[in-house]
Amino acid sequence: MSEPASALGHATFDGFASIREIGPLGMITLRARPDTPGLAQAVHRALGLEMPAVRRIVRQGDRAVGWMAPDEWLLILPYAQVGDTLDRLREALGAAHHLAVDVSDARAVFRIEGPKAAEVLMKLTPADLSALAPGELRRSRAAQVACAFWADEAGFTLVSFRSVAGYVMGLLGHSAQAGSALFPS
Amino acid sequence: MLTLECPYCGVWAEETELTPGYEAHLKRSGPGSPDDAFESYMFARKNPKGAHFERWRHAYGCGKWFLAARCTATLEVFGTYPAQVSGPTPGIIAKIRARRPDWEPSE
Amino acid sequence: MSTRLAKGGRLIDRSTAQGFTFNGRHMKGFAGDTLAAALLANDQMLVGRSFKYHRPRGVVASGPEEPNALVNLGTAARLEPNQRATVTELFDGLEAASQNHWPSLDFDVGVLNNYAARMLPAGFYYKTFIHPRPFWKHMFEPVIRQSAGLGRAPKDRDADRYEQAYAHCDVLVIGGGIAGLQAALVAGRAGRRLWLIEQASHWGGRAPVDGLSINGQPADAWVAATVAELSSLPNVTLRLRCTGAGVYDHGYVLADERVADHTPGDGRPKHRLWRLRAGRIVTATGAIERPLSFAGNDIPGVMLAGAVRDFVVNFAVSPGDRTVVVTNNDDAYRTAIALKQAGLDVPVIVDARARADGVLPQAARAMGIRVETGRAIAKVKGGKRVTGVALCLQAGEGAVQEEVACDAVAMSGGWSPVVHLWSHCGGKLTWDDAQVCFRPDPAQPPITHDGSAMVIAAGAANGVLDEAGLLADATAAGAAAAGIAAPEAPGVDNPTAPATEPVWIMPQGAPVALRSKMWLDYQNDVKVSDVQLAAREGYESVEHTKRYTTLGMATDQGKLSNINGLAVLSQALNEAIPQVGTTTFRPPYTPVTLGALAGEARGEIFQPLRRTPIHGWHEDQGAYFEPVGLWRRPYCFPRAGESHEKAVHREILNVRQNVGLLDASTLGKIIVRGPDAGRFLDMLYTGVMSSLPVGKCRYGLMCNENGFLIDDGVVARIDDQTFLCHTTTGGADRIHAHMEDWLQCEWWDWQVFTANVTEQYAQVAVVGPKARALLEKLGGMDVSKEALPFMTFADGTLGGFPVRAYRISFSGELSYEIAVPASHGLAFWQACLAAGADLGLMPYGTEALHVLRAEKGFIMIGDETDGTVIPQDLGLGWAISKKKADYLGKRGQERSFLTDPDRWRLVGLETLDGSVIPDGAYAVDAGVNPNGQRNVQGRVTSTYFSPTLGRGIAMGLIRRGPERMGETVEFPKVGGGSVMARIVDPVFHDKDGEKQNV
Ligand SMILES: [Zn+2]
Repeated sequence: MSEPASALGHATFDGFASIREIGPLGMITLRARPDTPGLAQAVHRALGLEMPAVRRIVRQGDRAVGWMAPDEWLLILPYAQVGDTLDRLREALGAAHHLAVDVSDARAVFRIEGPKAAEVLMKLTPADLSALAPGELRRSRAAQVACAFWADEAGFTLVSFRSVAGYVMGLLGHSAQAGSALFPS
Repeated sequence: MLTLECPYCGVWAEETELTPGYEAHLKRSGPGSPDDAFESYMFARKNPKGAHFERWRHAYGCGKWFLAARCTATLEVFGTYPAQVSGPTPGIIAKIRARRPDWEPSE
Repeated sequence: MSTRLAKGGRLIDRSTAQGFTFNGRHMKGFAGDTLAAALLANDQMLVGRSFKYHRPRGVVASGPEEPNALVNLGTAARLEPNQRATVTELFDGLEAASQNHWPSLDFDVGVLNNYAARMLPAGFYYKTFIHPRPFWKHMFEPVIRQSAGLGRAPKDRDADRYEQAYAHCDVLVIGGGIAGLQAALVAGRAGRRLWLIEQASHWGGRAPVDGLSINGQPADAWVAATVAELSSLPNVTLRLRCTGAGVYDHGYVLADERVADHTPGDGRPKHRLWRLRAGRIVTATGAIERPLSFAGNDIPGVMLAGAVRDFVVNFAVSPGDRTVVVTNNDDAYRTAIALKQAGLDVPVIVDARARADGVLPQAARAMGIRVETGRAIAKVKGGKRVTGVALCLQAGEGAVQEEVACDAVAMSGGWSPVVHLWSHCGGKLTWDDAQVCFRPDPAQPPITHDGSAMVIAAGAANGVLDEAGLLADATAAGAAAAGIAAPEAPGVDNPTAPATEPVWIMPQGAPVALRSKMWLDYQNDVKVSDVQLAAREGYESVEHTKRYTTLGMATDQGKLSNINGLAVLSQALNEAIPQVGTTTFRPPYTPVTLGALAGEARGEIFQPLRRTPIHGWHEDQGAYFEPVGLWRRPYCFPRAGESHEKAVHREILNVRQNVGLLDASTLGKIIVRGPDAGRFLDMLYTGVMSSLPVGKCRYGLMCNENGFLIDDGVVARIDDQTFLCHTTTGGADRIHAHMEDWLQCEWWDWQVFTANVTEQYAQVAVVGPKARALLEKLGGMDVSKEALPFMTFADGTLGGFPVRAYRISFSGELSYEIAVPASHGLAFWQACLAAGADLGLMPYGTEALHVLRAEKGFIMIGDETDGTVIPQDLGLGWAISKKKADYLGKRGQERSFLTDPDRWRLVGLETLDGSVIPDGAYAVDAGVNPNGQRNVQGRVTSTYFSPTLGRGIAMGLIRRGPERMGETVEFPKVGGGSVMARIVDPVFHDKDGEKQNV
C-alpha cells in the first residue's frame, strides 16, 4: 500500500507569516452524550488524555482531544495509530451509545507561524482572536468554508475539510502576503 | 448583521456563522391530520411586530440548533435557549417581560 | 486666478515637489497636497462637467462631500473613475483626467443641453420618453447613452490586491477631529479596547484650521499631544485614511482603509475593508457646510467658505485674489479673516442676516473688511470662472444695487451635522430650530442586541455647533461609551457660535429667472425651480421628490444638497421642515470600491472549489470539467482532436463493452449509528431501512414534509446499529443538516448519532462487463457473484488497499463502487488504471454517467425532480412503504392535488425519427390558455443521444403518462418545427436487469 498523501503534498507559503500544510494527522470523531458512563476513562485509555472543558483542547505531544460540540470530540493522534485507538475506544465504551469514526482523511491541516500569525487569521474569520482563551479550540469559518483552529506558542493550527484544502491554502497565502500585515511594527 | 450567543458552546456568533431556521415551536402535523392543522404546520407563519421565536443553527461552530427570542422591530435579542423544548420556556418568557412588561405570548 | 501662496500651508512640505498630470498637462504640487489643492495651485479651476447640462464645474468643497471634482485616476489596469480630487492625496507621477465631457473639457458639445434647459425640466425622462415606445429603444436611448454617464468603467483587470479583516473592540470612535480624539482619550484611558478611525490622512479635523485654542495651547499642539498619548496606550488602535462607511446591527461597522491609494504599486493592498464589531460606536463625524442658493452658485470659483479656508490654511492655496464672502452665519467670517491674514483681498462680506454682532464679525470689521448685512447675491457673473457678483437686498426680489468684481465667492449656508452613521441603523433625528439643522435625537438612538444605545454622537456630529460645549459633549460621549462617569473636560479657550439663521433662497423673493439658476445638486443638475416644480406636480413626499428630480442621487448622495432641497420643498409645500423629513441615509457614507467589497474573493479563490483526491489526475489528463455544487467533476476525458460529444459516446460504449472508471468520491456518505438508527431512517426514507440485513444495500428516497423528493441514494447496513447513507453529490451537507435538524429539534430523545464522512473516502466506480476481471487482477478480497452478490457490500483489501466494496450499479452494468481512504485515493485510482490497461479500461465522466443511467431509466435528483415532484410521479411507488404509519413527507403526499390522477408522471420518450428532443421541451396539448399560449401536457426531464441504441432517448413527465403507452406527443422546437415522440417504458436498455446481476 502507498504512503498516505496529504491534501496538498505539504505545500508552503512564506510572507509576513509562514504557512505550511501538514498531515495527514490521525483524527477520530467521537460522539457520545457527555454523561455517558466511562466516557472519560475510555478516552484516557485510548489517548492518555483528560477530557477538555467546553470549547477547549487538551494537548500533549502528538496527541490532543478537542471539544467540538456538547456531544462531540475530536481526537488527534499519529495517523498510523488510528485503527488500534478506534478498537480500544469501542471496546472501552462497549454497549454505551456512541459513535467513533476515522476522519483523518477527511481533513486538511495547516500551520500558520510567526509573530504576526494571528493577523493572517484576522483576515479570514469573524472570530475575535484577541479574546481566544489559552487552550481554546474555536470553530468558525475561514472566508467561505468551515474551519477549526487553536493557538500555541509558535502560531496556529487550522483544520479544514480536505476538498477545500487548495482554497484554504489560497486564502492563507493571500492573507499572509508580504507587506500586508495589519499592524506593521 | 446580528449576533447571537450559542447556548451550547457560549460563542457569540455573528450571522455569517449561523444558518436561519425560521419560526420556532412549530407542532408537527403527521399522517391523517386534518388539512387545516397541516396547513398551519407547513405554511401559516407568524409575523409579529415585536418578540418572535426563531430557530438558528450554529452551523460554522458546534453545529447545534438553538432557539432565539428576538424583537423583529429593533433586532433586540431577549435570549437564546436550547432547542429541546416544545414551547417558550419560563426563563425566556421572563427575559422578554423584563424588557417588554406588556408582552403576551400569541395564541 | 487661483495660486499657491508664498508662505504657509500647515499640511504641505514645500521641500518635496511632486509632478502630476491633468488631462495630459504636466503640473507640480507638494507632498501633503490633495489633488484638488494642487489643481487650484496650478490655476486649474475648471475640473469637470455636470451630468445633465454639462455645465462647467469647479472644486466647491475640500472633503468627501465634493460633488464636482470627480476625475479618472490612473490608466489601464489602475484606472479608477469618479475619484474625488478633494480627498485624493497627491503623489509623484499621479495621472488624472476630467470626465463627462466631449470632445474636451473646455469645449463640450453636451453643453447644448444647457441652452435647452427650459426643455429639460424635472422628470424630463419620465415625461418625454414614454411614447411612442419604439422611439426609446431606437432614438432616445442611443443618444442618451452617448452623452450620459460619469467616468468610464475600466476595461483591464485590476492590477491591485484588496483584502478584508475583522476586528473587535469595546468602543469604536469614528472621526479624528478634536471631538473624536477627546472621546477616544476618555474611553482609552478607561482601558477599553478602543479603535479610532479618521477618513483623512491627518488628525485634528477643522479645529487647527479654525484657529481654536484648547486648554491654553493651539489646537495643533493639543491634537499632537492627544494622538501621542493614545498611541502609547496598548488598548488603542489608531487608523488614518479609514472611513467609517456603514453602521449595521449589533455594533457591526464597515470601514474602508485606503492603504496604498497614495503609494500605488508598492506591494501593499490598495484598500482594506475592515469588518469591525464594536460594543459602542461614537460618531464624531463633524459637520458639513451647506451651499447657499443664489443665481449662478454653480459657476467655478464659487466655493464653500470652509473649503476656501481649508485651501488657504492647509495648503497655502488661494482660490482667488478677490473673494466675496456670502453667509447666513458667523462661521464664514473666519474665511474672510483667514484670506485677509494671507494677504488676499475680501471686497465685501454679504450677510443675509439683519445683524452680525458676534465675536467673528467684530473681528472682521476690525480688520477693515466691509460687511453688508441684510444683503444677498442677486447673481454671480461669469461663465467658466467667476468675474463678479451683483448684490441686492435679501428681503427683496433681486433688484441689483451694486456690482462687485471678484474672482471667487466663499459661501456658507450654515452647517449640517454628519448624521449619516447615526441614521444608518435606525437612529432618529430631530430638527433644531435654533441652529437650523437636523441633529441626532438622543431619545431615539440606534440600539444594539441588549436594547441599549449602540451609537453615541459626539461634538458637531451631535449638533453641538457651539464650540463652548464641544469638548464637554465629546467627553460625555467617550465616558458613556466606556461606561464610566465623565471626567473633567478640556475647554476651547476662544469659542464662537455660528448664530445661523435660515436662508434657503437668496434673495427671499427671487423670481423664476433667478430660481432656475440656483443649483441645489451640482452633480445631477437639480435646481431650486425643479424642486418647486415637483411640489406643484404633487410630489409631496421627500422620497418621491428625490427620485423625480434626482436630487441627491448622484455619487455624492446629496451631502451638500439634501437639506437645502428639502427646505425648498417644505417652503413650496408650506410645511415645516421636520414635517417634510429627510430621505433615508443609507450606507456607504462615501463610495467603497468594488475591489474592497470583493476582498480576497477573486480569481482562484473567488469561491471554494472542492477537489476530490483524484482531481489533479483529471486535470493532468485534460479532462473537461463541469461544476456540480462547488465541486468540479470531469464531464468527459476528450482525447487529442476528439470533440466532447465523441468522447462521451466513446466512454459510454466502452462501459457497455469493456470497463470504465468513474471518480465517484463526491457522493455523500453519512454514518448513522445508535439503538434508534433504524427507526430514525424509517422516518427519513420513504421505504423501510430498519429491516435491511447487515452487509446488504438498499435504495432509498428522502422527501421533505411537503412530500416532494429531495434526495436519493443507497443505504448500507454496516452492523446492527450502524448504517451508511449515500446521498447525491450536491446533497451531502444538506442531508446531513436535515438529519441533525430532526434529531436535535424533534426526536431529541432518540439515541442516534450521525457523522458526515463524505471526504474521508475516495470512491471509485468500476463499471462494465470486465469490472470483476479488473478487481481480480488487483487481487485481494473475493469479488465473485457468490461472495459479493448484487446490492451487498464487503470490507477487505484490493491491490493492498483497505477498501469497502459495494455491488451497486447506476448504469445497469456489472458494477462495483470501491471506497478507499482519501489519502490513498489517487494511488488506488492509478492501481486500477494499471490493472485495467489490457482490459480496455477508460475513465469516464459525468455526461457518460448521465446517459448510462438514462438508458436504464434511473432518475436523477435535479433532472427528474425540481422540488415539485413526488416519488409517486416517478413510478417509484415500489420504494415507498405502504405499511409505515409515518415518514417525512407522508402527510404532504396525502394532499388532494398530489393524489390527482391527472398529475404528470414519468415515462420514456422515443422520437419517431430517432432525433434528440431539445432540453427543456414541453409537450403541447390541444387548444390555448388565456394568454394565447399552447396548452401543455408534460415536459422533458432528461434527453440524450444514446450511443448504445444509436438514437435519441428521453425521459419526461406526461399527464397520466404511464396509462398512455404507445401514444405520440408533440414537442415544439425553439425556432420552429416539432419533434414527435412515442410514450414508452423509461427503461430503454436491458429491461430485465440481467447485465448488472452477473
Ligand atoms: Zn455553538
